Amino acid sequence: MMRTPLSRVRGLGAAHHGTEQFWLERLTGAFSVILLVILIGIVITLVGRSHATVIATLSKPLVTVIFVAAIISFSIHMKLVMQVVIEDYVHTPLRKVTLLMLNTFFCWGVGLACVFAILKISFGP
Amino acid sequence: MVELTLPKNSRVVEGKTWPKPEGATNIEELRVYRYDPDQDANPRIDTYYVDRDDCGPMVLDALIWIKNNIDPTLTFRRSCREGICGSCAMNIDGGNTLACTCGMDEIKGTVKIYPLPHMPVVKDLVPDLTNFYAQHASIEPWLQTTTPEPSAEWKQSHDDRQKLDGLYECILCACCSASCPSYWWNSDRYLGPAALLQAYRWIDDSRDEATGKRLDNLEDPFRLYRCHTIMNCANTCPKGLNPAKAIAEIKKKMVTRQL
Repeated sequence: MMRTPLSRVRGLGAAHHGTEQFWLERLTGAFSVILLVILIGIVITLVGRSHATVIATLSKPLVTVIFVAAIISFSIHMKLVMQVVIEDYVHTPLRKVTLLMLNTFFCWGVGLACVFAILKISFGP
Repeated sequence: MVELTLPKNSRVVEGKTWPKPEGATNIEELRVYRYDPDQDANPRIDTYYVDRDDCGPMVLDALIWIKNNIDPTLTFRRSCREGICGSCAMNIDGGNTLACTCGMDEIKGTVKIYPLPHMPVVKDLVPDLTNFYAQHASIEPWLQTTTPEPSAEWKQSHDDRQKLDGLYECILCACCSASCPSYWWNSDRYLGPAALLQAYRWIDDSRDEATGKRLDNLEDPFRLYRCHTIMNCANTCPKGLNPAKAIAEIKKKMVTRQL
């Protein structure tokens, strides 16, 4: 199909989005660093402690909230950055859409499973 | 998917080694990429020897010397020979720069010269910049106003004019865009550092009245947000400009108008 170079560059026009993703990526990045430091701190205090102590600590409301917040932040960040990698390197339309879908399912799946695990520990069997 | 290896017919092979100039004592070795679309052959690397005592100090001088004295078929663009026109942009010793402002003394050992990377090659060291120029056109690089034009000039304060320093000097040589991995993989949709630097030059111009429209035109996951701040553009710019900073400023404005 004959198209002018300018027509090819303009393509389907600007999508008018991308800023929210850009901002959310940075926001979750910064948030994840802070939460990761706290998480590591909690884990260090639990090294060598009994199973019952670990369960008791993880059941504390503040610790549960920190763990859940961290998992949500990690999952969103993981989904966004993997999406960027796929968009950068995969150009075949079908393969790209498939990978983007799998990425979303995987990140949601991992995130929800982790949140469930934390809540199960927190609220008991 | 991204191709990390070249197709068979694009693989570079060893080319011809041209004889050393007779009687020359101060000789420089140059290995130059050659490709002729009219011949059904792979690109090759030819080796030339230049008489430094009979030739200027810059890489462009050497290329002109080769064309005049050894091989008139060697093809490259050049015009101003003083870093203003941007015609002689090429990959020299592994980095994109202007052949006219790159001294042979700056390079250790053999001078290796290739066309700008990841651009279609028209012939030898001449890349096809059609897409690059269309991208520049797409950002509408001219003053846009709706207020009736004043009888004299559009006024601008000294401070506002100073904001354009580091932006207006771009000569569109394409060194930055051709050095950007994001541009290599997605040049069909990502505008690249050169076009985005120019876009910001007009976004930041106090006289321009189309800032919102310009930002709308750029707000796209590919046009703007393929920039991952790799900084190759700033490292390679032969004019010492910083397209990565200009792109970051555009992103900042995008966020600012949403928060």
